[in-house]
Amino acid sequence: MSVPASNPMPDAAGHFGRFGGRFMPEALIAPLDELEQHWRKAMADEAFVADFNNLLREYAGLPSLLYDAERFSEAVGARVLLKREDLNHTGAHKIRNVLGQALLTTKMGKQRVIAETGAGQHGVATATACAYFGLDCVVYMGEVDTERQALNVARMRMLGAEVIPVMSGSRTLKDAINEALRDWVANVDDTHYLLGTAAGAHPFPAMVRDFTRGIGDESRAQALELLGHLPDAALACVGGGSNAIGMFAALIPDESVRLYGFEAAGDGYQTGRHAATITAGQIGVLHGARSYLLQDEDGQTLESHSISAGLDYPGVGPEHAWLAETGRATYLPVTDAQAMDSMALLAKTEGIIPAIESAHALAGVPGVVADLGGDAELLVCLSGRGDKDMDTAAKWFELVDEADLVAEIERK
Amino acid sequence: MTSVRSAIEAANQEGRAALIGYLPAGYPSVEGSIELVRCMVKAGVDIVEVGLPYSDPVMDGPTIQAAAEAALAAGTRTTDIFRVVEASAALAPTVVMTYWNPVERFGVDRFAASLADAGGAGLITPDLIPDEADEWIEAAGHHGLDKIFLVAPSSTRERLEMTCRASSGFVYATAVMGVTGARDQSSTAAPELVHRVREVTDLPVGVGLGVSNGQQAAEVSSFADAVIVGSALVRVIAEAADSAGALSALGELTGDLALGVRREL
Repeated sequence: MSVPASNPMPDAAGHFGRFGGRFMPEALIAPLDELEQHWRKAMADEAFVADFNNLLREYAGLPSLLYDAERFSEAVGARVLLKREDLNHTGAHKIRNVLGQALLTTKMGKQRVIAETGAGQHGVATATACAYFGLDCVVYMGEVDTERQALNVARMRMLGAEVIPVMSGSRTLKDAINEALRDWVANVDDTHYLLGTAAGAHPFPAMVRDFTRGIGDESRAQALELLGHLPDAALACVGGGSNAIGMFAALIPDESVRLYGFEAAGDGYQTGRHAATITAGQIGVLHGARSYLLQDEDGQTLESHSISAGLDYPGVGPEHAWLAETGRATYLPVTDAQAMDSMALLAKTEGIIPAIESAHALAGVPGVVADLGGDAELLVCLSGRGDKDMDTAAKWFELVDEADLVAEIERK
Repeated sequence: MTSVRSAIEAANQEGRAALIGYLPAGYPSVEGSIELVRCMVKAGVDIVEVGLPYSDPVMDGPTIQAAAEAALAAGTRTTDIFRVVEASAALAPTVVMTYWNPVERFGVDRFAASLADAGGAGLITPDLIPDEADEWIEAAGHHGLDKIFLVAPSSTRERLEMTCRASSGFVYATAVMGVTGARDQSSTAAPELVHRVREVTDLPVGVGLGVSNGQQAAEVSSFADAVIVGSALVRVIAEAADSAGALSALGELTGDLALGVRREL
């Protein structure tokens, strides 16, 4: 998990080209400097790296499998290898980042962790890591999301976390981040802000990348063993972009491997109801970094829309903005309907129900096959499992007749 | 036109701190905010700080967040800020407080030019540190505007030096580690921070965050060059039953604060 010399980004001030940086209140600059120092020291410390790798292996169940999805491959017309992050403890790639940052929190001598969450997945992962390390945990969650995701609120509370509904602004993920930042500036002496994605002010984008880069490091080695050579392309979904940057980091130097990120286009990126930040946003500053974001002509942040709560964010990590601008990676929109079709296809062909987030990456496969041809061998990050999405899927596919259910409950 | 710095220094020569009052543009309406600014100047503020409402104000507590939301919901646009500044600058030196993205979106040089045209004196930038401010520093120089950066109790000596070097007009010292909002307790960190700032610059030092009444203003006035009040003023407007009530409550609180900065402890 060390950063190879071939990957010099970001620069010393946290810039990826013209993106990234630190657009933060001065009060948080010293804490960000302190965090960067501890993180760099930890990454160079063999004992820390060994502890982290041991946690990933013994507690999170890593490395995850690389699965040769033959039946899905047949359906889409090219060979697809799935990186099974859905099999990790807590059901997604996010456990890598939270274990890394929670371990770092203990090294910094801090006892309290705060986090933001949208659908609740990062909140659950953070609450899990805090339970493991005996840290106090406070999760900020938009009030709208606490209602949409009541089960995840229960999971976090079961793990000992305090969940605080956020009533300000649009009462969703971006406001939960605002509230976590307000808490952090007031309590920074004893509190670490465990940000859940590869966005925000430096050093978060680089640090989260390095804690999640095992996805690509493992996939690269596993693909070499399975295929005898590198795959032609790597595909991942992009919200803030942690699973995608975790997959891409190891492959950026491999110029023969094309990199594709798939953004949530909601009802369609032309409709205004989407979260396709790179495809249809503009450059600006949000939550501490310069990147692409959804904003109106006055620079006010616009609400994003996606059927996938994990991609429903109006910003994107700055390294993705840079990879898009330099052309090293390609970012394409996937609509709700395309993602849901792919979710169903994987379930029916392979018996694997993916998270709706991950289904966006699967939905990108046909377009990549059209680009590269049917001989292409594609590595796809299956970033999470779909159990959490069954309520959404049941409604979308009309799997449950709600009237019947209500009648049955009333009979009982 | 009196500069911000000379307005502060004139107050200091009277043996007191200058009083800086913050109000958000467009709250409760653009015209309403102009009327409130006039009222505040009449009641005794030396310098006006006009806020540009923003969707994601991470440095602000609930009072100013709610006012910003209301101002945006009422349709306040970036260009409206220049109308408020123009009305205010006719009465007192006026600076704008804004998060960075609206400025970048408007165009940094274009924003600076429009602000200067309206008679504005400068910008307070709560989420822009000098390290990221090359474009703004250049535009400010070009249009003769003050660059008011923030310092905090957590700022290192090295950062205090760098930030003060980049600043003009005054230096904005945040009295506490936290967001804007009236507090019952006076900050214990503020005197020490002001002392540390004075070691590295001759610029006036304004202290903000948490000052809500004449007594606190008097305390801050004893060690700072300017006292900055925001949330407390917004709160009396929010709590008023109607616009006449808002004007009267704002005038009363501003008067109390203006007496406060003149009071011997």
